Amino acid sequence: MILIHCPYCEEDRPEVEFTYGGEAHIARPLDPSALTDSEWEGYLYIRSNTRGLHAERWRHAHGCARFFNAVRDTVSDRFEVTYKTGEARPAKITQTGGAA
Amino acid sequence: MSGYRLSSGGRVDRSRALSFSFDGAGYQGFAGDTLASALVASGVTLFGRSFKYHRPRGLLATGVEEPNALVSVDRGPARVTPNVRAPQVSLHEGLVAESQNRWPSLKFDVVSINDRFSALFPAGFYNKTFMWPRSAWEKLYEPVIRRLAGLGDSPVTRDPDHYDATYAHCEVLVVGGGIAGIEAALEAAKMGSRVILIDEQDELGGAALADPALWSTLDALTAQLFAADNITVLTRTTAFGYYHQNFVGASQQLTDHLAPSEAQGPREKLWRIRAGEVVLAQGAIERPLVFNGNDVPGVMLASAGRTLALRYGVAVGRAVVIMAAHDSGWRDALALIEAGVHVAAIVDIRTVVPADLADAARAAGIALHLGSAITAVAGRHAVKGVTVAAGGTGPAHKIACDAVLMAGGWTPSVHLWSQAKGSLVWNEAWGTYLPGKPQEKCRVVGAGAGAWHFGSGAITSVLPNSLPVSRQKAFVDFQNDVKARDIQLAVQEGFRSIEHIKRYTTNGMATDQGKTSNLNALQIASGVLGRPVTEIGLTTFRPPYTPQTFGALMGHHKDALFQPVRKSVIDDWATAQGAVFENVANWRRARYFPKGGEDMDAAVARECRAVRQSVGIFDASTLGKIEVVGPDAAEFLNRMYTNPWKALQPGRCRYGLLLREDGFITDDGVSARMADDRFHLTTTTGGAPRVLGMMEDYLQTEWSDLDVWLTSTTEQWAVIALQGPRARDVIASLVGGIDLSPEAFPHMAVREGTIAGVPTRLFRVSFTGELGFEINVPASEGRKVWEAIFDAGQPYGITPYGTETMHVLRAEKGFIIVGQDTDGTMTPGDMGLDWAVGKKKPDFVGKRSLARPEMTRKGRKQFIGLLTEDPQELLEEGAQVVTNPDAPIPVPMIGHVTSSYHSATLGRTIALAVIADGRARIGETIFVPMADKVIRAKVTAPMFYDPEGSRLND
Repeated sequence: MILIHCPYCEEDRPEVEFTYGGEAHIARPLDPSALTDSEWEGYLYIRSNTRGLHAERWRHAHGCARFFNAVRDTVSDRFEVTYKTGEARPAKITQTGGAA
Repeated sequence: MSGYRLSSGGRVDRSRALSFSFDGAGYQGFAGDTLASALVASGVTLFGRSFKYHRPRGLLATGVEEPNALVSVDRGPARVTPNVRAPQVSLHEGLVAESQNRWPSLKFDVVSINDRFSALFPAGFYNKTFMWPRSAWEKLYEPVIRRLAGLGDSPVTRDPDHYDATYAHCEVLVVGGGIAGIEAALEAAKMGSRVILIDEQDELGGAALADPALWSTLDALTAQLFAADNITVLTRTTAFGYYHQNFVGASQQLTDHLAPSEAQGPREKLWRIRAGEVVLAQGAIERPLVFNGNDVPGVMLASAGRTLALRYGVAVGRAVVIMAAHDSGWRDALALIEAGVHVAAIVDIRTVVPADLADAARAAGIALHLGSAITAVAGRHAVKGVTVAAGGTGPAHKIACDAVLMAGGWTPSVHLWSQAKGSLVWNEAWGTYLPGKPQEKCRVVGAGAGAWHFGSGAITSVLPNSLPVSRQKAFVDFQNDVKARDIQLAVQEGFRSIEHIKRYTTNGMATDQGKTSNLNALQIASGVLGRPVTEIGLTTFRPPYTPQTFGALMGHHKDALFQPVRKSVIDDWATAQGAVFENVANWRRARYFPKGGEDMDAAVARECRAVRQSVGIFDASTLGKIEVVGPDAAEFLNRMYTNPWKALQPGRCRYGLLLREDGFITDDGVSARMADDRFHLTTTTGGAPRVLGMMEDYLQTEWSDLDVWLTSTTEQWAVIALQGPRARDVIASLVGGIDLSPEAFPHMAVREGTIAGVPTRLFRVSFTGELGFEINVPASEGRKVWEAIFDAGQPYGITPYGTETMHVLRAEKGFIIVGQDTDGTMTPGDMGLDWAVGKKKPDFVGKRSLARPEMTRKGRKQFIGLLTEDPQELLEEGAQVVTNPDAPIPVPMIGHVTSSYHSATLGRTIALAVIADGRARIGETIFVPMADKVIRAKVTAPMFYDPEGSRLND
């Protein structure tokens, strides 16, 4: 049972309160109709499938219900940092990491 | 008969004798005994039969690592616990235990014939033998294997016990209550930390319990422990799993150590502990030596012989031989002598041992055989003697004895450490893996960290013998009957990784998890492969550390508490009316209301007729509801749904279709505009949380420019669907403030007013094709309004109907049910719902995907109706549709039946289906092949009743 730090509640809460939301920082195109099929495929389906530090979306579904972003190590399952929606992915993550 | 109770010594209470039974025979022991110690004291050598060869087996160990002495403890009907380790069963008055895996008796076991033919059962035997014919697996191989190669039997009746569960938080969790663990707990407590100390045994002390010289120290330490008010001590508690971020699962036995008559309250308690720091003080497990005959009952670990004598006051035999590769065996020998046990000889594979040990042993009158090995053990049900040979292959001689103790060195218990992904470092000198770098905030103390107090030893593989390994009964994994030759064979057959060797030979599998066997198997594989141990790998340690009861893991989550059942406010009324219920997305819904012995078909036919001819009442409270409020509410819905919303006038409703971004239908529902900035949305019963989550996602992460609030109101509204030509008449006298006339209140309109004096949002909508209302009232008033309507409807024969009738009525009209008629791959076009897609909208969720070539190609499945040629033939939902049933197998399938019912209205069956190019096939005959026949059906439009819709506009 992982503890996840909700950047809105500013609390470490057990993972059962959260739902996973896929890779982060993939913005929905402002005008999808302007995209080629291949560009739309890229937005819809193509993901980085990272081994290691991965920026991803989580939702504090059974808490504040807010979506936020996290950088998690997909090998160790360790959350390095969580941050609010709209904030840029932290440039440098130290391995000791921890809550934002 | 070899073991006996020493005249003095041990921690047992000799003033309290306890009677118990094993395999039906009566025995006596003392308070403080375990089942194992009491049986050894009574001279019992035979504890069980091995897994594969059914070889007679005795006790190997006195702790959790015991692989042989698995018994069933019988605490009454439905309370038989199989596969319990005898040394972990605390003795109580009246204990009833049975051995396992033998028939008809432990001494005479028919299946032990396997052992005579053990050459036929090599490594990978199952994989090699039970291969073909495939059909024999189910009928022959599996049942036979299960019967022959089984452990104990689980009770077949319901477990009558209940199990507690709790969460706990502490700064420091100490696992293991030996002296190292106690000291760690005291140290942490001095810093003011909340400390939890857990230990699997009845009493704290660990290895010190078998060392009387430490008892006074132990007493002093435990007194401090219990005096500290910030330390929680949990005995009889096993930490079985170590999960992320110092989350440890532990189960505490509460009553199994008590006589059933004294046992009260829950049987076990599951602790979920979150700790700031975890200190592992689990100690080390002694390693057996691998030599010919090492599994004869009476051959056990030296630590077990020592513990039996010094903790329980039990001698393992009248003449004991020690087979050592490690100094600790010598110390144990001297301790046994001091306790009054006769040690006949020490055999040590090493030619040189520390002089002080050798001198002390000689002084104690023990015969010494250095540089020697046991090459054979006489006896089948009990040790009668051993053959010892210099160097294993030199001149041999026999020693009479009735017990052999093995001292092969020590393996730190790194199970939990490894579960927590701590690294392991090979230590060549000790021939074992030691904890390296932690991943979590965790440290290991005591013997588990390699803090030895045992001296040193030789690292061994199979002990030397003039017999080839293939002809030796030299066991590595006692529980799984893996011999040294099996590991050799696995390597010869090409297995290189220890993970593969483990699975091929079954070494280290099952409940035992290799506690005594892993390191020996590694050494043997390393020897055969000619590669260092570190290159062979190490098998993964997985939870649970010891077997856990399902009861403890389940705790309170059973019966009504297994999964919450949601009930609408009409549920009690429906129950009183004798409704038959079904569960829909955690909701309990009335399926039909049988009257006077009706079956479902009869009840549904009657309910359908009532709705079509007069009026029916239906509890639609489970519909998902979301209140969408804000200046941008219409813009938001416009972006989410396929339909246009901006032009919808307040007071009007619209059927909304929701796609995922990939263009496939995910939900639908009728929604109403209550005001310019307020919508009352409905979703499918099962889709409510998913739709709200999806909408929140877009609102929070993509369209933060929109000023909109979403609130789930599913449980705030009770929804009463009143459907049928007399629906208006029924509510006419109850409604206040709303003009119900068709002109003032047309189909797909919403009004606010009162009904039976209760404020209502009154929808004029229909999921049946009849004139209908969906009456939304505050849930707290739902029952009252329902009954008022039901009373007012009596003159019209108002009939309550359930979900089954609702399904039939909507199918007659071809209204889809998302998730039944769609399957996550259907577009609006596929379902004939293009009319619900706003063509002029620049964008909505899923719009771009609808333009992909795949979504518009010919041959996509389309939603159509099916009428069987025989009007009474009912198609099976899910049945495949083909154009030519005589085509060669595999017959190309063009689609499947999604909904199928008897229609009382039409006096025949109807079905809905999705089939390739369905709309172009209207009028054609298709075929539905079944096991016993082929059903012919005609393709129709998905609309069987009132296609003009004149009834619902009445």
